[in-house]
Amino acid sequence: MLDKRARALAVTGAALLAAAAVSLALAQGSTVDEIAKYRAALQDGNPAELWEARGEDLWKQPRGPGKVSFERCDLGLGAGVVKGAYAQMPRYFADAGRVMDLESRLLWCMTAQQGTSDADARKGLFGNGNERKSDMEALVAYVTSESRGTKMNVALDDPHVREMYALGEKMFYFRGGTHDFSCATCHGEDAKRIRLQDLPNLTTKEGAQKAYTTWPAYRVSQGELRTFQWRLYDCFRQQRFPELVYGSDASIALTTFLARNANGAAFDAPAIKR
Amino acid sequence: MRTSTVLLWTAVAAGIVGCAMMPSDAEVSAKAATVMKASFKESGQAKLDRLDQDDTQRLCSLYAGKALPKDVAAKIEAENLASIKYPADGKLVGDWKNGEKIAQEGRGKQFSDDPAGPVGANCYACHRLDPKELSYGTIGPSLYQFAKVRGYSEDTRKYAWGKVYNPDAFAACSNMPRFGHSRILTEAQIRDVVALLVDPDSPVNK
Repeated sequence: MLDKRARALAVTGAALLAAAAVSLALAQGSTVDEIAKYRAALQDGNPAELWEARGEDLWKQPRGPGKVSFERCDLGLGAGVVKGAYAQMPRYFADAGRVMDLESRLLWCMTAQQGTSDADARKGLFGNGNERKSDMEALVAYVTSESRGTKMNVALDDPHVREMYALGEKMFYFRGGTHDFSCATCHGEDAKRIRLQDLPNLTTKEGAQKAYTTWPAYRVSQGELRTFQWRLYDCFRQQRFPELVYGSDASIALTTFLARNANGAAFDAPAIKR
Repeated sequence: MRTSTVLLWTAVAAGIVGCAMMPSDAEVSAKAATVMKASFKESGQAKLDRLDQDDTQRLCSLYAGKALPKDVAAKIEAENLASIKYPADGKLVGDWKNGEKIAQEGRGKQFSDDPAGPVGANCYACHRLDPKELSYGTIGPSLYQFAKVRGYSEDTRKYAWGKVYNPDAFAACSNMPRFGHSRILTEAQIRDVVALLVDPDSPVNK
């Protein structure tokens, strides 16, 4: 744990130097290649490690009125087992009677096991740099980091998960709002971009694998670690939809669809993105 | 004999249950829409009615990722063509400089946006227009030299107006928003965006 923290501090310094060097290169010519170099330079020192270290501490602390730590929380591989758990989520949890992604599962452990009220568990789910730190983002960073290198393996054997996958696929193509946008509008074809931002084609196995295995990510532009729930929330904001409820069934269905399509690829996050 | 009868009936029962449990494509779509309604909350100007699909949205969702049958495409295009309103005064072309500003503006209609505006068309998110703007997207085709290649005719102007007003009239299930039909842009804004596309002085046609 201490090792992780010391390393995180060291890499943050390296990351800042790399960012400064590459922003100079960016100023000289803003191309997709430069952005790729920028990412490569930052990959050696990802500030996400600070979130991972904080999350590991939080995981072991007694929490809530029940003074229960997450070591009692079952992510699908047994109480407190973190290693490789994220690569098999979402999955069906009989104790909750529901298919859950990591984030909805953590909310469940906070409320059902630790005795925190749902309202309190939902306070500050999205952090804001140094101004407001989010425990959820730290916990997600830690848990996901423990699946780094593990192959994605979301099973559809359970009928509940199978149904969520089918619903997620429909939602991916659901057009609505003032602008008629669906997920597929931006993520349904190869080699497209918005402005200069490349868009993954999430309808192909390769595209889904590359995208899903690199979330959560430290967003350089926001100075914040963002989770997959945040990714969906902010996509829907730009789609001109209302606000996606954190941990809602639609969020879990879409996550099931994308996570399953990423099966077979080695998980490689928390990553770092622009 | 007895065992095989039991096995046979088990297989038949499993078959019936299997069929009964397999929901149709339309049923899955309907359930997805219901689950979505329960999974969002209204926020700022984005109310839950944004999840209520009109015919075009519903049909385009249903056939997304598959080939769109010709009769469905024709129905969608006819309905959307009928929705296009041309300006009462017949003036299709406004100020291309203001059109450029609207084309650059990405804000508008998001729950995080001020309902008082601005509301832009964000054309550059998906299209190349003025070649001096290098930060353009590629979801839509390049519109550089839009009128230079089509001719500066009344037909070109009317087409540009219709396409901005309601692109589904010309290509069913277009990725492009129906800026006029869905009341995203005002008539004056559409006029300026059309100018950006068709004015011989616009950088788009240089």
